[in-house]
Amino acid sequence: MTWPLFGMDMPVVLDLFIRMNIIVILMTVMVMGLIYIERKVLARFQMRLGPTRTGPMGLLQSVADALKLVAKEDVRPTNADPWVFELAPYFVFVPIFIGFVVVPFASGLEVRVLDLGLFYLLAASSVNLVGWVMAGWGSDNRYAIIGGLRSVAQSISYELPLVLSLLAVAMVADSLNLTEIVAGQAGAPNILWQPMAFLIFFIAMIAELNRPPFDIPVGESEVVGGPFVEYSGIRWSMFFLAEYAALFIMALVGSAVFLGGWAWPFGEQLGLPWQIVLTTVKTSMMIFVVFWVRVTVPRMRIDQLMAFAWKLLLPLSFAQILVNGAVLVYELPSGLTHALLAGSGVAGVFIMMWVINRSVSRPRPRPVLIPRTDQTWEATR
Amino acid sequence: MTSMAPEQEFETQDLMINMGPQHPATHGVFRMVLQVDGEVVRDVVSHIGYMHRGGEKLSETMDFRQGIGFMDRTEYLAQFNAELSYVMAVEKLMDIEVPERSQWIRMILCELNRLSSHFMFTGAFGTDVGVFGTGFTYAFRERENILDLFEEITGDRLMYAYFRPGGLAWEVTDNFVARVREVLNVSKQGIKDMDGLLTENEIFKARTQGIGVISAADAIDWGSTGPVLRASGVPLDLRRTEPYLKYAEVDFDVPVGKVGDVYDRWLVRIEEMRQSVRIIEQCLTKLQPGPILPERMPRMLRTPPGEVYLRTEAPRGEYGIYMVSKGGNRPHRLKIRSACFANLQALRDMTIGSYVADAVVILGSLDIVLCEVDR
Repeated sequence: MTWPLFGMDMPVVLDLFIRMNIIVILMTVMVMGLIYIERKVLARFQMRLGPTRTGPMGLLQSVADALKLVAKEDVRPTNADPWVFELAPYFVFVPIFIGFVVVPFASGLEVRVLDLGLFYLLAASSVNLVGWVMAGWGSDNRYAIIGGLRSVAQSISYELPLVLSLLAVAMVADSLNLTEIVAGQAGAPNILWQPMAFLIFFIAMIAELNRPPFDIPVGESEVVGGPFVEYSGIRWSMFFLAEYAALFIMALVGSAVFLGGWAWPFGEQLGLPWQIVLTTVKTSMMIFVVFWVRVTVPRMRIDQLMAFAWKLLLPLSFAQILVNGAVLVYELPSGLTHALLAGSGVAGVFIMMWVINRSVSRPRPRPVLIPRTDQTWEATR
Repeated sequence: MTSMAPEQEFETQDLMINMGPQHPATHGVFRMVLQVDGEVVRDVVSHIGYMHRGGEKLSETMDFRQGIGFMDRTEYLAQFNAELSYVMAVEKLMDIEVPERSQWIRMILCELNRLSSHFMFTGAFGTDVGVFGTGFTYAFRERENILDLFEEITGDRLMYAYFRPGGLAWEVTDNFVARVREVLNVSKQGIKDMDGLLTENEIFKARTQGIGVISAADAIDWGSTGPVLRASGVPLDLRRTEPYLKYAEVDFDVPVGKVGDVYDRWLVRIEEMRQSVRIIEQCLTKLQPGPILPERMPRMLRTPPGEVYLRTEAPRGEYGIYMVSKGGNRPHRLKIRSACFANLQALRDMTIGSYVADAVVILGSLDIVLCEVDR
């Protein structure tokens, strides 16, 4: 059995090897680009210039950083558990890259088309949690332990809404095959029928990636980098690589599952280059919003984070699944089905906003302004 | 069948975390040892003294003019306010009358310094709560404007040593009034920016409301002053209660919080910044040309024997100077009453029972300057 690649027929193993290598190299370059873009975007938001010195417009900054990190001494604390400490970066790094196997960049441009693609991707990418715990535990550092345990709590909590929101879409799309889900959206993207699922997915995605406002495991001002605190050089850069690769893969999945990937709005007949452009544009938009959120919001606290996941996101995503099931089991006319799905989603978004508003924005007395009087201090007391 | 329940409860042990002296959130070299049960703080032990330079003893070897420069170094975010206490203590000992113009300029500079100091607070506090640097750069842009003005006047960006017993070191620049107005206009927008960035942010509110509450009685017991005390509901502002300089002649409001939590401290400081702008605007209209030093000013500053305690309202609270003189050109004994030191004492009471992440926020809300704590 052979797959065509570059117009040649070749053995499956060789084909897989070449494709995976292309992915790994592409991703590494992509991550370096992402880091550069993030630094520039953040700098714009913060009235800074960002990197300017290395190369034209600082374009080579990431390369310089990578070189520096590779050349740096790989320090391992004396009391660290050698095996756990040294293996942790791989446990973070490998699952993310395995996930790329099923991600469709364009029609026919994926390593493998799996019928359980979505399931496989979620299963693979959630393994990296083990790496975080290993890094936290193996470092023999209290900040790292706290960060590692926080990351477990957070990832387990947010994995559920993430999976359930994707499941809700899979019900609508009637498939777990990522390529089919994308192809099915040639008419209209899933975000129209499942707005709340998209919102939950996006929030859970930010939490999964440990990005602000959910950067509790790595919170700079509290646990000083959390599990990474003892890592340096190449191992630290592997964590970094995995972090940005995860951001990229999540944005790709979001754009494929919710925003129509390469299929919407121009259909499947579009040429390959344009499909890639479409995917890139949608993914970049998702990533930009993640950066945007990062610069403006404070960090949440661990109990608020858990409450948000278990008390709000999880019930709402379950409700969406129930509604979807109830709507889809009766074969209603297509217009009515879609109206019901979209309506329930919009209603869910409003419920979410209402609950957040109600629990946070309590009326709050403002400071009293005491104007100048001729009374003395003793008299006012 | 035997019971599956464990025969005896496992004992759990609290984890001790050493936060600082090298930690991004401790605002200098402050060290707190947190005893945590999971994420909840059970006890806090704070360690200070890493910045101790023996400043009070050192001041005894410096004459009054050299001592001014040292006050800058104790309170490096509100230098003019620190200088003011020292200079006024000397003036009180020597019984010098300060010319009107100098008093108005001192007021303008002190209030500008309060602005720059509170901007620094808003930025640094944003970072403590977890905003990735955005508030920090916004606040620093504003602070930078004010520092530029100070540099034009005094020739230095941080250590001004501009106030002198009797008045000022030299006359301000010719375009002083215009420049201050310019800076104020920018600062007004800056206050609005900082207010808009965080005050109504849902996560910010969730993180700060109801955290680090301290009652008015407790705050008084700990000796807290400044915004920390006022946020707890005590309207003690030395500019109002025992006016110095020309504070009795200007109109301003004293913001007083109702709850005494971290959010109130933030609101009080934001409001104080608006009031500072108001005070400066009034000062500018009342500023008249004139001498900046009294006519009969001795070449050598020699105080008569005596002792004096003089306190002023610095951005962080009461900055007091207790000075004993046995005659001569230097103080026999000098004691600095540091507002941050007193405020910091309340940290343990505020923090116990809250989360680790809150400990950082509470410490940030006290707005400490470690140089002033340790002196």
